[in-house]
Amino acid sequence: MFDDFFIRALVAGIGVAFVTGPLGCFVIWRRLSYFGDTLAHSALLGVTLAFTMEFNIAISVFVISSMIALILIQLQKKTNLPGDALLGLLAHSSLAVGLVVIGFLTFIRFDIMGLLFGDILAVSVNDLLIIWIGGALILLVLKLIWKPLFASTVNYELAEAEGLNPDRAKAIFTILMAAIIAISIKMVGLLLITGMLIIPAAMARNLSSSPQSMVIYSIIGGLLSVIIGLFTSLEFNTSSGPSIITAALLLFILSLFKIKQSIKLKN
Amino acid sequence: MSSDQNILVKLNEAGLFINDKWLVKGVSLQVEKGKIVTLIGPNGSGKSTTAKIALGIYKKIDGSVEKYTSKVGYVPQKISIDWTLPLRVNDFMVLTESLNKETIDEALSLTGVIHLKDKNLGDLSGGEFQRVLLARAISKKPDLLVLDEPVQGVDFTGEIALYELIKKISDELNCGILLISHDLHTVMTATDHVVCLNGHVCCSGSPMDVAKNNEYKALFGEQASQILSRYEHKHDHIHTDEGEIKKN
Repeated sequence: MFDDFFIRALVAGIGVAFVTGPLGCFVIWRRLSYFGDTLAHSALLGVTLAFTMEFNIAISVFVISSMIALILIQLQKKTNLPGDALLGLLAHSSLAVGLVVIGFLTFIRFDIMGLLFGDILAVSVNDLLIIWIGGALILLVLKLIWKPLFASTVNYELAEAEGLNPDRAKAIFTILMAAIIAISIKMVGLLLITGMLIIPAAMARNLSSSPQSMVIYSIIGGLLSVIIGLFTSLEFNTSSGPSIITAALLLFILSLFKIKQSIKLKN
Repeated sequence: MSSDQNILVKLNEAGLFINDKWLVKGVSLQVEKGKIVTLIGPNGSGKSTTAKIALGIYKKIDGSVEKYTSKVGYVPQKISIDWTLPLRVNDFMVLTESLNKETIDEALSLTGVIHLKDKNLGDLSGGEFQRVLLARAISKKPDLLVLDEPVQGVDFTGEIALYELIKKISDELNCGILLISHDLHTVMTATDHVVCLNGHVCCSGSPMDVAKNNEYKALFGEQASQILSRYEHKHDHIHTDEGEIKKN
């Protein structure tokens, strides 16, 4: 059944959507869009590392992204630069270094476009295993840290005062972000991963009145985007990443017609 | 003071030094089961900071905090909730602890906001939100309640009712309460122990003792001390800058 590349892509995409749904909600709630972007850009370095050392791409991307996250936390402590400047610094420099390293790797044929924008042809049975097992692990850990993470997202001091250890939850969440980027890089491509996290969740915000319903709508939005996007990609021979994100955008635009009244009143 | 096992939280010479200045310094106090300890003092005197030190929110403090319970309910003075979060009152109630429906309903009824249960948190008025905050803090039946100006923005009759409720909760749950309040009248009638802050502990003791204290009078004025005073008190002296008393 997994012989067909399209079935493999579909199964992979569905696996990714189940994980990006809930994580994407937290990315929006905690205002981490640019943080996600930075990790994704640094993934290029991870990919080149994987090629030079002949190592698994997902694992090396995970390691490099986690390291970048750690460096960011250190820089935040030690410099006086604002957060967004540090994010930009890390995002663009890691992307640049990654591209320079690729330039040196003349002995390997690189599909840069596939790397940046996703390539459904590249999804192997091995990748499926990584996506589904890795994805299940990410969701399990997210469920375990849900209460402290969510409580501290609402109000850090309340969570801290009432003994929920929000700092630990935040650190674990950062690792989960690196992990989702690692497993979804082949599907969506590193330039568009954050879109997969944010757009379905943004659509869900327009439709929901509670955190749980937002997570569910976000998953549904992600699944629909993947399915619609992949069929379009097959039909018109477009890159899988941009097709999926465009489908997500269309769903978001549709959701604008159903914005909950209370949000309108607030803004 | 009662025996040590009743102590819920104890501050020993605690202080916080941030950005080259002391927010509060050398505060020693303890909250025991069934007792209400109230912090009073002017704006910027370090009341909220002291409460946060007691809660363990600040890590790098001077002195020490001993906390003997993890069942804590907290009503912060300021709470800013990001409206990118879709959050109903009901979701907010179970924020830090899972509660069953009866417990949630009971707490919301006690503070008079059960009818708002399914409303979006962002749509509440200041007073309504304050009642929800209090309901959330008491619903988990904590050992220690820290209430930082819990009735701000609540209407006059509601204010009295909520203070009565706080007193009742303290008795029923036998929990200790650390209360911050500007309402000296309430403070002086419903409190077991008063700590008067002004960057440091000005004076502390029973409401009676504090009301008679000269530093308290200097901080809050003669009117404030007369809230409790049973005697006619004639102002026959003035305070020097050092806080000493000089006869007219």
